[in-house]
Amino acid sequence: MNNNILKINKLKVFSKKDFNLKLVNNISLNIKRGKTTCIVGESGSGKSLTALSIIQLLSSQLSMSGDIFFNNENLCELDAEEMRKKRGQDIAMIFQEPMTSLNPVLTIGYQIQEAINVHHDLSSLDMNKRVKELLGLVGIPIQRCESYPDELSGGQRQRVMIAMAMSCNPKLLIADEPTTALDVTVQAQILKLLNGLKNKFNMSMLFITHDFGIVEDIADNVVVMFQGKIVEQGNVKSVLSKPKHPYTKALLNCVPDILGKKKLKPIDYDELSLLMARL
Amino acid sequence: MKPLLIAKNLSKQYIQTQGFFSRTKSIIHALDDVSIIIKKGSTLAIVGESGCGKTTLAKSLIRLVEIDKGNIQFMGSEILRVQSKQLKEIRKNIQMIFQDPYASLNPRMKIYQIMEEPLIIHKIGDKQIRQDKIYSMIERVGLSIVDLTKYPHQFSGGQRQRVGIARALILEPQLVICDEPVSALDVSVQAQIIQLLKNLQEEFKLTYLFITHDLRVVRYVADEVIVMRHGKLIEQGKTDIIFKNPKSEYTKELLASIPGHISKRN
Repeated sequence: MNNNILKINKLKVFSKKDFNLKLVNNISLNIKRGKTTCIVGESGSGKSLTALSIIQLLSSQLSMSGDIFFNNENLCELDAEEMRKKRGQDIAMIFQEPMTSLNPVLTIGYQIQEAINVHHDLSSLDMNKRVKELLGLVGIPIQRCESYPDELSGGQRQRVMIAMAMSCNPKLLIADEPTTALDVTVQAQILKLLNGLKNKFNMSMLFITHDFGIVEDIADNVVVMFQGKIVEQGNVKSVLSKPKHPYTKALLNCVPDILGKKKLKPIDYDELSLLMARL
Repeated sequence: MKPLLIAKNLSKQYIQTQGFFSRTKSIIHALDDVSIIIKKGSTLAIVGESGCGKTTLAKSLIRLVEIDKGNIQFMGSEILRVQSKQLKEIRKNIQMIFQDPYASLNPRMKIYQIMEEPLIIHKIGDKQIRQDKIYSMIERVGLSIVDLTKYPHQFSGGQRQRVGIARALILEPQLVICDEPVSALDVSVQAQIIQLLKNLQEEFKLTYLFITHDLRVVRYVADEVIVMRHGKLIEQGKTDIIFKNPKSEYTKELLASIPGHISKRN
């Protein structure tokens, strides 16, 4: 059996108006089964676009080329209907803003049901049971089922999103900055929850973040992106302790250290481009 | 170091009404008997989760929020009792940098107008003097004079935050309140802005009240820290001491929540 659940091969994302404008430029990466892979980078580095290309939800202004193999099946060759079956069922995604990704006029119980309904035909009794099971899984009291999104806190909303993503036991979970809008303590809870679910259901996770602290906590492998390209990837420990690429080094120097000993050094892009030209 | 601002026993309640004819009422203690001292030339950080009252505390210092109880002394006057003329003078000396650089700059004003407005309000200088001030300030925050003719939407988040800083500092304030100035920014930009704030502090001998929920940033910028929860002051002290030896359970929990912290300790 292949060790990689997802294989991205020479992925390019470009603007339909201007083919020379490559937002993701020829990247290849593998996501190992049962592991967490983190993509780190600044905004505009192409990390979210990479995630969106996997589930084929790119904006209509953009087009892509390259191959994406999910369990040896090329997602780029599937038609819209086949792809829809994959989404949610095999590959699920959680977004950054739990405030805007839920429908404000529907109860959260209903919204979780909706997610299940797309892929499964359950009787209303089974459906109720499943919704309660999912709420229990993410740690929301079952009575909350009838609540509307505005009655929940940011952390709870993100838990609902996770419940929806988990509803069909996906094999790959893509999380696009799921904790950026949350408080530190809530962030720690959500990360713990995601990690627990990953282990319990033997999922693979693709986690997008710009926070090296989070990478250190949850990732097995890390991919560093800069200006649409992958500049470095590998095992999390070796990348963080011995970064090879000048950009990774520069980015790590921007992160304040908890021990307060390190000197912060903003990225000097002129110096960086000189260093990169020498590679 | 001499104290620049002393706030004593600040309390603020919000009454929340619910239901038809506002029948059920509940009282929220946004600030519950909070006292702080800000020392001249130092940086005091307020940490806590959202809703803990840190922004209410900051806003009460410039009377953007009217406090129920307590008193605040700043430069020899009692902020809560001064008349509007004096209050204007006080506000000139306490300036604020806001969290969201996308929302805190007027989209219909050019950068030059944005920076000139506080000078006009406080009747400082004539046209020429104001222009000189703006020209020298814009370069100090790392932008150029050409940028003055642009509009906010032409800038990135980090550049806008630089404009926000320039606007706050142009009045040469004594105290600058930074309300989550870097939490909306990327790490790389965050490092630039933190470095800029530190350099400006040295150059202008500024005092900062730094509100944030990111303890890594606190460790880097603050001399002293205040931890707040549910409107109450939980713990305060020197940054080094609180990080090495937190006393309250809540501070310990906050410290343990810092990403990347667990693995670093082991």
